[in-house]
Amino acid sequence: MAVFALVFLAPIVYSLWLSLFQTQLVGGTSFVGFDNYARVLSDPQFWDGAGRVTLFLLVQVPVMLGISLLVALAIDSGRLYGRDFFRLTIFLPYAVPGVVAALMWGFMYGERFGLVGNINDLFGTSIPDPLASALVLPAIGNIVTWEFVGYNMLIFYSALRVVPASLYEAAEIDGAGPWRVISAIKLPAIRGALVVATIFSIIGSFQLFNEPSILQPLSPNYISTHYTPNLYAYSLSFSGQQYNYSATVAIIMGVLTMLVAYVVQLRGMRKEA
Amino acid sequence: MTIRHHRALGVLAAASALALTLTACGSGSDGGDAAETVSPEDVSAALEEGGDLLVWAWEPTLDQVVKDFEAEYPNVNVELANVGTGNDHYVALQNAISAGSGVPDVAQMEYYALPQFSIGESLADLAPYGASELDGTYSPGPWGAVTSGDAVYGLPMDSGPMALFYNAKTFEKAGVEVPATWDEFVDAAKKLHESDPNTYITADNGDAGFATSMIWQAGGHPFAVDGTDVTVDLADEGSTKFAEMWQQLLDDDLVADVPAWSDEWFQGLGSGEIAALVTGAWMPANLESGAAPASGDWRVAPMPQWTAGATETAENGGSALSITQASEKKALAYGFLQYANAGDGVATRLEGGNFPATLADLTDEKFLAEESEYFGGQKINEVLSASATGVVPGWQYLPYQVYANSIFPDTVGQAYTGSTPLTDGLGAWQESIVKYGNEQGFTVSE
Repeated sequence: MAVFALVFLAPIVYSLWLSLFQTQLVGGTSFVGFDNYARVLSDPQFWDGAGRVTLFLLVQVPVMLGISLLVALAIDSGRLYGRDFFRLTIFLPYAVPGVVAALMWGFMYGERFGLVGNINDLFGTSIPDPLASALVLPAIGNIVTWEFVGYNMLIFYSALRVVPASLYEAAEIDGAGPWRVISAIKLPAIRGALVVATIFSIIGSFQLFNEPSILQPLSPNYISTHYTPNLYAYSLSFSGQQYNYSATVAIIMGVLTMLVAYVVQLRGMRKEA
Repeated sequence: MTIRHHRALGVLAAASALALTLTACGSGSDGGDAAETVSPEDVSAALEEGGDLLVWAWEPTLDQVVKDFEAEYPNVNVELANVGTGNDHYVALQNAISAGSGVPDVAQMEYYALPQFSIGESLADLAPYGASELDGTYSPGPWGAVTSGDAVYGLPMDSGPMALFYNAKTFEKAGVEVPATWDEFVDAAKKLHESDPNTYITADNGDAGFATSMIWQAGGHPFAVDGTDVTVDLADEGSTKFAEMWQQLLDDDLVADVPAWSDEWFQGLGSGEIAALVTGAWMPANLESGAAPASGDWRVAPMPQWTAGATETAENGGSALSITQASEKKALAYGFLQYANAGDGVATRLEGGNFPATLADLTDEKFLAEESEYFGGQKINEVLSASATGVVPGWQYLPYQVYANSIFPDTVGQAYTGSTPLTDGLGAWQESIVKYGNEQGFTVSE
């Protein structure tokens, strides 16, 4: 209990405590009550970032989970040649640290000397620079998808593996085709796993930080200091010394994340019942 | 499942709070000594007595200086730590100062960052140690940057009077004259790009240091600081002059949209596709190491002028060494500063490729006569030293320039994407600067 208090509660309490003060370069620290919260809620830069991760969540998460599910079903179907090879290769990107992945993609996206540049040179195409246009967000989505498809695939796959073989045999006897097996047996069996993966992905989206942070030096004019709420909190505290305001942004974003995750979980569980 | 939610929140909060605990314990250290005069004998005594000194700097030539210094004063043990370059360094320093522990005795300070730390009373005034007597030792640009009234907050280490570095081969191939004025610069940009669509006169994707230096040369004084009273006017004559000229280049896509210091940037400099740079006198060493393939092609010319025949320049970059207010060995630290930036250390650093801030070296015959192989045997120091004497006086940086520069891409940077004119970008920057300043307790007027 003491460990729990120290490790989990102390940081939250400390953040809450910090968020009630304001420290100025001139004038020092003063108690401001809930002023910081009011400021965050009316801060267009915060909402700009929050809106962006919401958009990211709505587009990238379904795409990523869809691909993961497809791959998991394909591997589980037993019809795929070289099943273990695929399983391992698709999971491999997850083993690459996020920072390294972002650096690697950042280089590939390079218009002059990266992969995009090479393709343009080779085929005479004119793919726009993914880092110097409105394509930055999809470009980041691509990196995140690449990283986490394997991870989610593994969650789904392991859930599929525990479906008793007798169910499939029964379905076969009843004359169900493969699509029927998927919709009537496999998907309901892994609903729990789907909800878990969705919640993880929501949290991951709201916490989006590594990728934009690494790509920022390559594309500073498109990835602003408030590109995502986490990046905003980071910039506030590390370049602006606005620790208190930064703590407030973190807390509000944490509460928002919790709310959304909770709603998704409620819905997911109700269906199951 | 609810447990998982709490944990998710916990992780988020823990992550942010961890960052915060690292940065925000305690409310600044105020271990400042009373400003009593310290005689040169006190400093020598401290050097003889010795002790440990912690120095945070990224300047590579300091390695040798520290070795020589320790050989001369065997009782002193200097630990030279590189905690990051530029912003990373200031973040680490700000954190250490806020935490009140692990603060270095001596820290490298770029001129633009110095006011932020001196106004926060994080740096020691060196005047009582005899630093004010060094007036006249340094060229006016750097000296103006380290002094505030009678106080001296550091000793200049190097300087960056600006000049035009250009790839003579690219210019010759395109048959373009080297520009002496900014009008000619814009013309040259057009011609170079016409002759080869892959060639750009320069690269710029929005750099706060460059923009402020350009405004500086154009005679702008967008920032005026008097204690905690700050005036910001990024629409003054100088700022507008720069914005309107540079806008022409942006409109016609005549500058390469390549971030400075990136691999692409160095490759462009090496291949001649980035044909010129208007930057500080510290650039040659970087070209030699980063753009080696172009050895022999580059030359240096005076910075382009607003009026033909003028010799006005500005500083870009350069840094000083400062002593932190939290240091408990200020006399010893001052001994090191004196050695490194006013004494024997200067020659050591010049050999390492540093560009001096000391007048004696800037006018030294031998220094001026040096022929640079990379620059095809040109006596580049003649051009660069001349630039140091032409720096427009009276420039001031904001007392929170580090932060202001960090939000430059959010505001002025938008002009580089073509979504807004530069003048509007500068306006947006001003707005953010004013807002932040007032939030931080300054009295900022426009």
